[in-house]
Amino acid sequence: MSLIAAELTVEGRLEEVTAAMQTGQVTAICGPNGAGKSTLLQCLAGLLPTEGGLVALDHRPLDQMRSCERAQTIGYLPQNGEIAWDLTVRNLVSLGRLPHRDRGEAEVAEALSALDLDPFAERPVSQLSGGERARALLARVLAGTPRWILADEPLAALDIAHQLALIGHFRRTARDGVGVVLVLHDLALAMNYADRVIVLDRGVKAADGDPQMALSEDVIARVWGVPARWLGEPGARALIPG
Amino acid sequence: MTRLVRNLLILLAIAVPLSLLAGRVWIDPATTPNATAILMELRLPRALLAIVIGAGLGASGAAMQGYLRNPLADPGLFGIAPGAALGAVVSLWFGYAASPYLLPLFALVGAGGAMALLAAIAGRTGGIALFTLAGMMIASLAGALTSLAISLAPNAFAMSEIVNWLMGALTDRGWPEVWIAAPLTLAGIACLMMAARGLDALVLGESAARSLGMDPDRLQCWLVAGVGLTVGSGVAVAGIVGFVGLIVPHLVRPLTDRRPSSLMLPSALAGALLVLVADCLCRILPLVTELRLGIALSLVGAPFFLWLLMQMRRGLA
Repeated sequence: MSLIAAELTVEGRLEEVTAAMQTGQVTAICGPNGAGKSTLLQCLAGLLPTEGGLVALDHRPLDQMRSCERAQTIGYLPQNGEIAWDLTVRNLVSLGRLPHRDRGEAEVAEALSALDLDPFAERPVSQLSGGERARALLARVLAGTPRWILADEPLAALDIAHQLALIGHFRRTARDGVGVVLVLHDLALAMNYADRVIVLDRGVKAADGDPQMALSEDVIARVWGVPARWLGEPGARALIPG
Repeated sequence: MTRLVRNLLILLAIAVPLSLLAGRVWIDPATTPNATAILMELRLPRALLAIVIGAGLGASGAAMQGYLRNPLADPGLFGIAPGAALGAVVSLWFGYAASPYLLPLFALVGAGGAMALLAAIAGRTGGIALFTLAGMMIASLAGALTSLAISLAPNAFAMSEIVNWLMGALTDRGWPEVWIAAPLTLAGIACLMMAARGLDALVLGESAARSLGMDPDRLQCWLVAGVGLTVGSGVAVAGIVGFVGLIVPHLVRPLTDRRPSSLMLPSALAGALLVLVADCLCRILPLVTELRLGIALSLVGAPFFLWLLMQMRRGLA
């Protein structure tokens, strides 16, 4: 199963970006502020019209899919994590079943369990901590049982313990055959936990490949303008500036 | 059927017969002369009209708050009620209101004009912010034109008619108004129900909602049609009855699971109950002339709105 962006162009934000993502992998999209990471993710989710190029899901152009079918296949987690009304966690998670037009009680229960949210299921979201709230929003996506999860900076504003817990969930989900695409600012997390990294710079793809190659010290110096060194073993690397 | 809906239906079943008997003159069907005529020709259509208008305002208030994700939203924000009022004022200005059907017809044309203008301005690509701003501008324009019509009224009688009508009331309404408002309101509530799933998705914000399959254009169409039909027909037969669409969803929301779709039907029933009871109180209060329904609801609604603002400010602090 593949999600392919071919020569995607969004005026002023993306310029002929081509990338192919596979299910069963965690793909990280990295880049400095304003590089076009969120724009690329929104295009991949079919939420943003493009001036040129196309997005294809299993060789079918996304814009030819019915919105309902697209919603059942791709789960999108936006950056802001907005929740307008004070729903209970269970009701929030059950919103993930909207594309399926069913209550999906089994899927909702499974999503709650997968993210250790059972004790909070009947709690209003206003009473959750930042980490619990982020897990509840991810559980909403999981409840829709999508084949692809696209998440925009899902680890931002989380402490390290919650970051590691959440990225662990993403990795387990990918192992179950789901394609996971994450916009990440933390390069060490991308290096240690992603199977593949796409680096964007001012709307253009600057690197694409396994993390060691795409996030090499040369690429970081060229794209971010920061001299930095990787320390540690593969899977436990830390980025040291200077 | 949820317990809340069942309880509201029971309360309505109790309130309707009481409202038929209540008034400046309480009716005893056994002893009051012409009781059947009074009940069938005056009180029953008035009670039904209160239920229809209240249900429409309650449901459209719930839908508007869900759409704008804001507890301070009100059906009046779309500019459809002021548009309908302008249409009615034009008919009063020209003296067409003598026919029972012409004034509502003008009001419906006004509501339709406001809906068309809203759709034309906000259009297919307009987001929620543009939609709201367009609605507010239409409301402002219709309000200004209504004031202009009042200031240029051909005589003092027309001016008094217009001002009285704008206050909103169910006095002297009969079956013709019920036949106009009921089918349109029911169609409007059906349109709002069609928007319910999209409103649920909007709980998560616009982009997440679209990723869940919500079509923003279709949602806007259902909402404009739903709010236009419910509010437009309500204003056409009873004038402007404010605050119901604001207050009712608030009173009902804590009793639901807070999803917009769960709020719609209970808000319609609670709105019906509120307007029915408020109209009864207007009839019963021992004043020189009957208190206008629109004024009574504003007298209750404005302090409620202020209380709401204080609560929100406390929440933000």
